Amino acid sequence: MAVGLSHYLAVAAILFTIGVFGIFINRKNVIIILMSVELLLLAVNINLVAFSSFLGDLVGQIFAMLVLTVAAAEASIGLAILVVFYRNRGSIAVEDVNVMKG
Amino acid sequence: MILSSLFFYLFSAVAIGAAVMVVGSRNPVHSVLFLILAFFNAAGLFVLLGAEFLAMILVVVYVGAVAVLFLFVVMMLDVDFTELREGFLDYLPIGGMIGVILLVELLAVLAGWVFAPEVAATLPEPTPAIETTSNTAAIGAVLYTRYIYFFQVAGLILLVAMIGAIVLTLRHKANVKRQSIADQVARTPATAIEVRDVESGQGI
Repeated sequence: MAVGLSHYLAVAAILFTIGVFGIFINRKNVIIILMSVELLLLAVNINLVAFSSFLGDLVGQIFAMLVLTVAAAEASIGLAILVVFYRNRGSIAVEDVNVMKG
Repeated sequence: MILSSLFFYLFSAVAIGAAVMVVGSRNPVHSVLFLILAFFNAAGLFVLLGAEFLAMILVVVYVGAVAVLFLFVVMMLDVDFTELREGFLDYLPIGGMIGVILLVELLAVLAGWVFAPEVAATLPEPTPAIETTSNTAAIGAVLYTRYIYFFQVAGLILLVAMIGAIVLTLRHKANVKRQSIADQVARTPATAIEVRDVESGQGI
């Protein structure tokens, strides 16, 4: 069976679902949640590149690069916030985060 | 053709398996390593799609920078991760339900995708033939001309992220002596030296 566009879209959909699932079941561990967000962005990138390739249009790959940039920035800021939070509270449990309000 | 199909199934199977292990792994270090595996296989999928430049960027940026950053943070924070895994099974039913619904919806939308025949005539940037221009050169010809402002904004985002991460994590210790440039520059002879009239034969 020849591999077509829908095959790539299916792989991206499965990866996206795993990312969402990971956010739901790892409610306490921020590091795993950040990794799940990276998986979501990877799935979106696969979609963009697959459309770009099968349509014969380069703009999809440009957009994929921009998504990659934002993903890298998001990871660095997220991990910096995590380090500061750990320094102040000595834990990274998500449930402690609401203590900061008010 | 058969070989590329075979590699597609290999790469996608390993990527999906690694993604499952990222989410379900007991040890966060293993999660990071499986994340690296997933990124490598996604890069393989990009190569199959003809986007070699993005595949290499994925390996360099994600594996070389982001995943290593995750690894540093996981190893730097001294956290009891078994405690964080409590409640893993509590959220399994609702998480699984939402995941299955989302997957079915996505597949229902995407499975029957076909391009309209008139789309091919209106492409903004058609991919040049691989015999004349390589993928990297083609991306450069588009990125630095029509999408130059997007490129600049991407650079700005990275700059803001870099400054933000430094500002967030920089820590000033109270008991460490620091150089104060402003004080040093503001010194004048009047404040720096004191002329005393010392009588002869006496000390100061």
